[in-house]
Amino acid sequence: MTLAAEGATSAATGEPLVVLDHVDKWFGDLHVLRDINLTVNRGEVVVVIGPSGSGKSTLCRAINRLETIDKGSISLDGEPLPQEGKELANLRAEVGMVFQSFNLFAHKTILENVTLGPIKVRKQDKAQAETEARALLDRVGVGHQAAKYPAQLSGGQQQRVAIARALAMHPKVMLFDEPTSALDPEMISEVLDVMVDLAKGGMTMIVVTHEMGFARTAADRVVFMADGAVAEENTPDEFFTNPRSDRAKDFLGKILRH
Amino acid sequence: MNAVLDDLDAYLQAFGYTLALFVISGLLSLVLGTVLVAMRVGPVAVLRAAATTYVTTVRNTPLVIVFAFFAFFAPIINIRFTWLDVHIGRFDFTELFGAAVASLSLYTCTFVCEALRAGVNAVPLGQAEAARAIGLPFGGVMTNVVLPQAFRAALPPLASVQIALIKNTSVAAVFGVAEAVAQMRTFTNSFASQRLGIFIAFAIGYIVLVEVVSFAAARAERRWRIA
Repeated sequence: MTLAAEGATSAATGEPLVVLDHVDKWFGDLHVLRDINLTVNRGEVVVVIGPSGSGKSTLCRAINRLETIDKGSISLDGEPLPQEGKELANLRAEVGMVFQSFNLFAHKTILENVTLGPIKVRKQDKAQAETEARALLDRVGVGHQAAKYPAQLSGGQQQRVAIARALAMHPKVMLFDEPTSALDPEMISEVLDVMVDLAKGGMTMIVVTHEMGFARTAADRVVFMADGAVAEENTPDEFFTNPRSDRAKDFLGKILRH
Repeated sequence: MNAVLDDLDAYLQAFGYTLALFVISGLLSLVLGTVLVAMRVGPVAVLRAAATTYVTTVRNTPLVIVFAFFAFFAPIINIRFTWLDVHIGRFDFTELFGAAVASLSLYTCTFVCEALRAGVNAVPLGQAEAARAIGLPFGGVMTNVVLPQAFRAALPPLASVQIALIKNTSVAAVFGVAEAVAQMRTFTNSFASQRLGIFIAFAIGYIVLVEVVSFAAARAERRWRIA
C-alpha cells in the first residue's frame, strides 16, 4: 500500500525519464512514426493504444533502439540514446523489455534466463544472482518452475518469466510490447495481475496493449496513436468516456461495442 | 587383403596419420568457422565483407589447389611450417603435416561457416533481440544466446562437413603425408595382384572413421534436442 502511494506521488511530481522529441521514422516509403513528442515521467504508467499498423510497437522498440529512428531524438534520464556499441548495451540494461512472443532463451532453464543478464552484464556473483532470481520468480508466481525449459511452460507462465528476466536488471523503465496479444484468454489475467502490481509498486512503464481494462485500472495516461502519429493523449477516464478525436471515437466504438 | 593383414602395423599407422589430420584440422575448422560466421553476421561492415570474400573464394577453390598453394607458393612468400617438428611414438609431425593441416582447416572452415550461418538463420530473431534488450553486447549475444542454438540447428550439416573432411585428408597423400591413401599406394605398388583386397581394406578403414563421427553426431543431436 505504501508502495502504491509512493508510486502515485512520484507520478504526480516525477521528473521526465523518457523523452521523445520530434521523432520520425520511415520504413521505405511508409512513414511509420510522424513527429512524435512524448514525455514519460518517473513512476508514470503510460498505455499506448491504437489500431494495428499505427506505429505503437515501433515506438516502443525505438525507445531501447531495437528500431532506429530517422529524425528527432530520444533520451533516457537526460541522456540521448547512444549509437551502436558498448554504451548502447549499457543503456539497454537500464530498460526492461517484454515482447509479444516472450522470447525466452530456448536453450536455457527458467532460472538461467533470469540470471543471464545479472551475471554477464552486471557481473553479479552467480549465487547472489540466483537468490535474487528465485525471489523474482516467486514474486511472479513461477518459482517452482525454475529448473524447467521455456517450452515446458504455458504462455502465461513464460511471459511472467520474461517480466522477471527484465526486472532482474533493475531497469529504470519497463517497456511492454503487446505482452498479452499472444496469450490464450485465460492466461491474460495472470500476466496483467503481475503488471498491475508493478504499476502499483511505482515502476515507470510504457505499455503497448489492447487490454482496455488494464489501461483503465493501471494507467496514469493513455496515448492513442493512429497512422504513426499521437492522435490523442489523456487520462484513462477522460479518454474512454470522452474521446476528442474522431479516430479515437471510431476506434473505441469498434472495440468497446462487445 | 593378405598384404594388408601381414603388415597391419603400416596400415594402422597410416590411418593414425589420417586420424591426426582429421582431428586437428576438424577442431581448427570449427574454431575458424565460428569466428568467420560471427564476422559474417556481425555489425561491422568491413569484417562482414572480408569474411564473405574469404568464404566465396576459398570454398570455390578445389582443395588440391589450396594444397598446392601451401606446398609450392606459400614457401616463396615465406609461409613455411619448418618450425613444426613434433615426434610422438612412431609418429612424426613435420613441415608437410603442418602444410596439410593448414590447407585442410582453412578450406573446411568455409563450409563450417556456411553450415553455422544456416544455423544462425534458424534461430528466431526474437532470441537475439531479447539478448540485446538485457544489455548484452554483440559478442555476448552471439556466445550466450545465438551460437549455442545455432550449433544445435547446424549439427547435421556440421557432421556432413566433418565427414567430408575425413575423406579430404586423402588429398594430403599427393603432398607427401604418409596417411592412409599414401600407404594404400605403397601396398598396391608392391602387391599389384591383391589390388581389390587392398582397396577394400582401406575403404573399411574410412568407413569405420566416418561411422564413429556419424554416431557421435547422432548422440549429440539426441542429447541437445529438448533444450
